[in-house]
Amino acid sequence: MKISIQINEGPYQHQASDTAYQFAKAAIAKGHEIFRVFFYHDGVDNASRFTVPPQDDRNVVNNWASLDIKNADGEPELVVCVAAALRRGMLDEGEADKNGIDGNNIHPAFRISGLGQLIEAGIQSDRLVVFGD
Amino acid sequence: MSTKKFMYLNRRAPYGTVYALESLEVVLIAAAFDQDVSLAFMDDGVYQLVEGQNTDGIGMKNFSKTFHALGDYDINQFFVSAESLTERGLSADDLMPLVWEDEDDDWAEKPSVKVVSNVELSKLMSEQDVCLSF
Amino acid sequence: MLHTVNKSSFERNSLQSCLNAIDDSSVILLIEDGVISAANNANSSMLAELATQGRVFALQGDIDARGISSKVADNIKLVDYAGFVDLVVEHGTAVSWV
Repeated sequence: MKISIQINEGPYQHQASDTAYQFAKAAIAKGHEIFRVFFYHDGVDNASRFTVPPQDDRNVVNNWASLDIKNADGEPELVVCVAAALRRGMLDEGEADKNGIDGNNIHPAFRISGLGQLIEAGIQSDRLVVFGD
Repeated sequence: MSTKKFMYLNRRAPYGTVYALESLEVVLIAAAFDQDVSLAFMDDGVYQLVEGQNTDGIGMKNFSKTFHALGDYDINQFFVSAESLTERGLSADDLMPLVWEDEDDDWAEKPSVKVVSNVELSKLMSEQDVCLSF
Repeated sequence: MLHTVNKSSFERNSLQSCLNAIDDSSVILLIEDGVISAANNANSSMLAELATQGRVFALQGDIDARGISSKVADNIKLVDYAGFVDLVVEHGTAVSWV
């Protein structure tokens, strides 16, 4: 089955991203396809390549990256909402250039895109599961 | 592209958190996808539709006006929990008079907001293909 | 439908709102702090009734993490994440009472 996920909260503050990760991992292990994980609201913070958790704690960002969720074209299907991301200072190279900001922080396993990707995930997937606060 | 039934479940008041505003942003995008869209307002989510919001004192944008535009995008199914209104001492009269124009009925202006019981809401919910919670 | 509830009923009304809007065939999965409602003394009569019908599940990992595995009310079925996936697959549209 094709399953998509929406994550509404950032890492560490809420369990949402951890639960979603465990869920996605279990779904993949059962042979399901994770069509897309869409990060919205503070969920966009899950895509920061600058998180440095203590060594004895899990690394939420790397956990997501390790699932290697990509589409047939090899693009990441860990998708960060652009509007929510820009508001919260999450930028990839393109958005940094466009907005004249001298840095970018999106982990390469993620990509920034529009809200339409969430709707499309709902249309294309057999199930969409929301994890939030 | 196939048509699915999408419900946007709104259970939080506006301004205290960003969920209401960013939910509305999704709905505006959803309008472009030609899907069957409905919005449910329960619990403190009913405050998103209350008439007379004035954010001058808090330095935030009053986004409640945006709800008025949704009718033009064929988003006209707003279901509000009657029980949630009653619990909060509110009634349908306290809500914004959102309308849409029915092109199949000589562009007659019709109300978008419908106050429904939780039982009706549960039935509507069970008909959905996708439910997005905010 | 599958309804997930991730809040303790002592903190938020998510479970009650879910129970108010649940139809006759849907099931509930308690996750994260939602599992607190699976503990004996936190149980609502309506949740207990649904549990009797085999319609209430709780995520084992969240129960264990909170140290309440000995306090889970009767008839609440415990699932792991694979079981969570199965519930999503089997019960159609998922509604999260975040």
